[in-house]
Amino acid sequence: MMTPAGTLLAATDLRKAFGTTKALDGAEFSIHPGEVVAVMGPSGSGKSTLLHCLAGIVPPDSGSITYAGRELTSLNDAERSALRRTEFGFVFQFGQLVPELTCVENVALPLRLTGVKRKEAERTALHWMEQLQVEELVAKRPGEISGGQGQRVAVARALVTAPRVIFADEPTGALDSLNGELVMQLLTEAARSANAAVVLVTHETRVAAYSDREIVVRDGKSRDMERIV
Amino acid sequence: MSRLQVWARDLGMGTRFAFGGGREGWTRTLLTGVGVGLGVALLLISTAIPGALAQRYERGDARSTLNSERADAPGPDTLLIARIGQTYRNKDIEGNMIRAEGPDAPLPPGLKRIPGPGEMALSPALDELLKSSDGALLRERLDARVSEIVGAPGLVGPGELLFYLGSDTLRKNGPEDYRVQRVTGFGHDTDREGLDPVLMLMVVLTFVALLMPVAVFIATAVRFGGERRDRRLAALRLVGADGRMVRRIAAGEALAGSLIGLVLGAGFFAVGRSLVGSFSLQQRSVFPADLDPAPWLAVLVALAVPAAAVAVTLFALRGVVIEPLGVVRTTKPSRRRIWWRLLLPLVGIGLLLPMGGRGNDHGRFNQWQVAGGVVLLLIGVTVLIPWLLERFVAKMSGGPVSWQLAVRRLQVNSGAAARLVNGIAVAVAGAIALQMLFAGVEGEYTKSTGQDPGRAAVAVIVNRDAQTPMDDLAQRIAAVPGVTRAVPLTSAHAAHQVPADEETVQVTIGTCDALGEVATLGSCKEGDAFVVTGSTSRDDVYGATAKPGDELFVGDVRGYGSASASGTTDRPGPAKWKVPADARTVPSREDPTGQLRSGLLVTPSAAPKEIGSFPDARIFVQVDESGPNTLDLARNAVFKADPFVTAMRLRDTKEAAGYSSIRTGLFFGAIAVLVLIGGSLLVSQLEQLRERKRLLSALVAFGTKRSTLSLSVLWQTAVPIVLGLVLAAGAGVGLGAVLMSMAAQPLRIDWASVLGMTAAGAGVVVVVTLLSLPPLLRLMRPDGLRTE
Amino acid sequence: MPQSPEGIRPAIYTLSVYTQCRVADMSIGHTLLGLLEAGPRHGYDLKRTFDEKFGHDRPLAYGQVYSTMSRLLKNGLVEVDGVESGGGPERKRYAITDAGITDVGAWLSQPEKPEPYLHSTLYTKVVLALLTGRRADELLDTQRAEHLRLMRILTQRKRKGDIADQLVCDHALFHLEADLRWLELTAARLDQLAREVRR
Repeated sequence: MMTPAGTLLAATDLRKAFGTTKALDGAEFSIHPGEVVAVMGPSGSGKSTLLHCLAGIVPPDSGSITYAGRELTSLNDAERSALRRTEFGFVFQFGQLVPELTCVENVALPLRLTGVKRKEAERTALHWMEQLQVEELVAKRPGEISGGQGQRVAVARALVTAPRVIFADEPTGALDSLNGELVMQLLTEAARSANAAVVLVTHETRVAAYSDREIVVRDGKSRDMERIV
Repeated sequence: MSRLQVWARDLGMGTRFAFGGGREGWTRTLLTGVGVGLGVALLLISTAIPGALAQRYERGDARSTLNSERADAPGPDTLLIARIGQTYRNKDIEGNMIRAEGPDAPLPPGLKRIPGPGEMALSPALDELLKSSDGALLRERLDARVSEIVGAPGLVGPGELLFYLGSDTLRKNGPEDYRVQRVTGFGHDTDREGLDPVLMLMVVLTFVALLMPVAVFIATAVRFGGERRDRRLAALRLVGADGRMVRRIAAGEALAGSLIGLVLGAGFFAVGRSLVGSFSLQQRSVFPADLDPAPWLAVLVALAVPAAAVAVTLFALRGVVIEPLGVVRTTKPSRRRIWWRLLLPLVGIGLLLPMGGRGNDHGRFNQWQVAGGVVLLLIGVTVLIPWLLERFVAKMSGGPVSWQLAVRRLQVNSGAAARLVNGIAVAVAGAIALQMLFAGVEGEYTKSTGQDPGRAAVAVIVNRDAQTPMDDLAQRIAAVPGVTRAVPLTSAHAAHQVPADEETVQVTIGTCDALGEVATLGSCKEGDAFVVTGSTSRDDVYGATAKPGDELFVGDVRGYGSASASGTTDRPGPAKWKVPADARTVPSREDPTGQLRSGLLVTPSAAPKEIGSFPDARIFVQVDESGPNTLDLARNAVFKADPFVTAMRLRDTKEAAGYSSIRTGLFFGAIAVLVLIGGSLLVSQLEQLRERKRLLSALVAFGTKRSTLSLSVLWQTAVPIVLGLVLAAGAGVGLGAVLMSMAAQPLRIDWASVLGMTAAGAGVVVVVTLLSLPPLLRLMRPDGLRTE
Repeated sequence: MPQSPEGIRPAIYTLSVYTQCRVADMSIGHTLLGLLEAGPRHGYDLKRTFDEKFGHDRPLAYGQVYSTMSRLLKNGLVEVDGVESGGGPERKRYAITDAGITDVGAWLSQPEKPEPYLHSTLYTKVVLALLTGRRADELLDTQRAEHLRLMRILTQRKRKGDIADQLVCDHALFHLEADLRWLELTAARLDQLAREVRR
């Protein structure tokens, strides 16, 4: 498959097996700058593996992933790590905030990993915390805040490096509807205003409804629902 | 149900959880068991050492003839025995020449029969040495036929080097012949002189310093896997167990782990005990059978360890609320208070200080007071560390990300880190204090011999009744390859009248060359004589002097020979001799053994004739040190000429034996404890990393370098340990200073040992971090992100 | 194409919508047509097969069958294959025309307007697709995309609207979500269902 023109991140014929289990079996993916794409599918269908491959966390067994014209599969671990630090942002379901650091330190962490000075990193972090309406939590530790607040802090952290792609793996999975909606609303708004693309893995259709486009993964194969209608 | 039944039920349930919880439960229990087991083994060994030492002494006494029954005349039950101990390379060999004078002569312990002429009985270790290529030179010295191997009852340790050489020429020349004893039995039956109080102090402290960290370690080991356990307990709460029940169940789990630990510990001890026979430390070895802990101590260990396990578990759960839906640690634990933490070490110092200065006049210490004071001081270190760490990290901020991660973690949970460091800190503090004390006391227990190995490597000391003429012996030694010079000097007693009741005059006879070793002669030629001045020694038998031209009696001036009970002595009486009138007066000079001579120096042709044997004769031997075998070749030549002649290697200093063995014991003990604690550090570290698997994967996902996370693990271990080591060094130096004042020593900080022990502690950190890296790297893989 | 989603006001969820008549009326003709694809049948046979597969607690009335068939006849979607006259009433045998087959295909491939209580129509469509050897999974995916499209629009409106809008949109969203779950579950059980209906 040719990469459609104007895509930011695209993958063709991805295959990945864990032992004898085929997690990805010829999956395709593409996303444009500023686009929000929901990746849906039953559990165990390979949607998280697709996200991990796209983000360069896990190398696929075969297939091609291009990000802004660069072939991801030909980068080594250090290069992929550097890419994740500078170009990508991440939000996971839970367990991603360092419990010992305060919220603002957690948000500033990706910046500090790229070598930004502490003061400056925390100033930027505070800006994003305001955007996500969690600025009153700066000095709190993750153990002292609610799950919804924690996810918003995590979103702020994902956005702090001004990434071009945000990978969100079940970002509302551990939240109730109200908090889930709030997180999604803030996430998509912030991403749109920063022109960041969002790869949103979820099994909740109401969360997927925040996307522009939907891809369904079944048995390791992807299906772009836009092409059907 | 009665209270007892409730306890029994819950403890039992905990025990079942300990063994039943699947592979994970087993691993945890086993880990605790191994940890506790190592501690128990160390405890058992410590309790067994006094017994083992006592056994050694007993065997040594049993074969001693120092105070055994003697006979004046040969009889059917008499045995002649003379000590002819040897040195080979750097090893000392215990040796006896024996001759049975009748059919009922007593048998030395461990022998089946008395070796006949040309035969010898050997200890197993000496037999092995002689058979090995290492012992080739020694075989030339001990070339008798081996009649038997000495049995264990005749040895103080399995590695002891010992021989009994049979003889038919050994005789006792009168009662004053001290080399040879005529005995009717073996055994030495005196009260052993207790250890010197300062040595005793050090033994007590060594045990305290080694056992304290073991106790800390056991306390840590029963908490292995604690967080997972807490979650299991929460699940129990969900199905209806109340708060007290889960605490008792937790205690039951710890109990099970500690019981496994007891069994394993006994096993480790048994293995260590069977191995101990093949080890020799500074030529000291212990029979496995001797290494038995006193029964009451073993029972105490068996009871105290499980009890401590339960107590520690209950104590650790103090700040934890186990709710049905999870474990809640009281988020803000009450700030650690300082006053009682300071109280402990202060009371400890209070106990120790009044005993200052008691060490010098052989005053007795109250051992309980000393041990109590030291224990309190060391416990003080363990309780101060958490407080200090908390205060210390609270103020920290800034630095790179790895540092920030580590410091923040320590701020949130400094208690766990402090616990890990406690053991190391106590071990290091104790060891530093002791090393300081040793270094200080070293001067006292290491005697300066006054010998000058530069002038003569060996002094061959020839007994008065030696059969070989001196010159002949000197020539034989000089002929040994590698010997560059052999200078014989003989001395005789002289007096103005016979029998001499006053001090006698020492007459030293030798060539001009030889006399130059004991006085500054100026010029000398054969036939000269000198009067020596300058000896300050007053406790010598020689004290008097003579003037040129004086008439003297030389030889057996005190009349020992004529007073012989047997009356069979064939020695000539003292001979008359006139001090040459032209004898010059010259200043004395220390001989290579450090002795200053007085009296007269005479060259052979001017010397009195027919004076019989010499009371003292020695040959100073210089060797070419490049030949590794020269010393032993010389010793061989000496032994062949006369087994009674001792070749003494000259050394600058000499250590008291009790001191060096304690010091080695301390060194190895401290290392063993550090290794043990390093093990528990590693286990806790890995456990903590496993708990954070998700977080680590998430951090790696958003691009954290693996080196950043590895460094943060290093800081996390290093910060508390560095802090602990600083405190430990301080406490160690302080304790050392107190102890030195007790031993009446001038204060001197032994920086080498402070640095050495802190470096060993730091080494543990590095090793633990290195060992935890592979699992850390494994945990950082993205698998941890998977939710399923 | 279905009615433009923009035309749907959240306010359409009124009581009247909760009746099934309209939905049933619209689809009975297509359903009967689909059943004829297997071969010509009498009106009575058609009613029995319909009741067996879709009627469950609400069997079809004879009158409804005959009025529907005469409408289809008039539109040229079916033809009369033969007439049997015996002891009872006159019995016509109907057969589907080519135009009828095309009509069934078009109906099946077109997503339904996402509405509450849609499942009876969707269920009918899935079973018919399976019976006539058409792609039931495609049908479901198409419906799924359509549902999500509406959900996006509602989500959009909710983000911009006031609290009343939000509440109304949420109500619709939750129902659509329920439908989508049903679609997902049905997709996962297609094989099992195919075995059932072909028995």
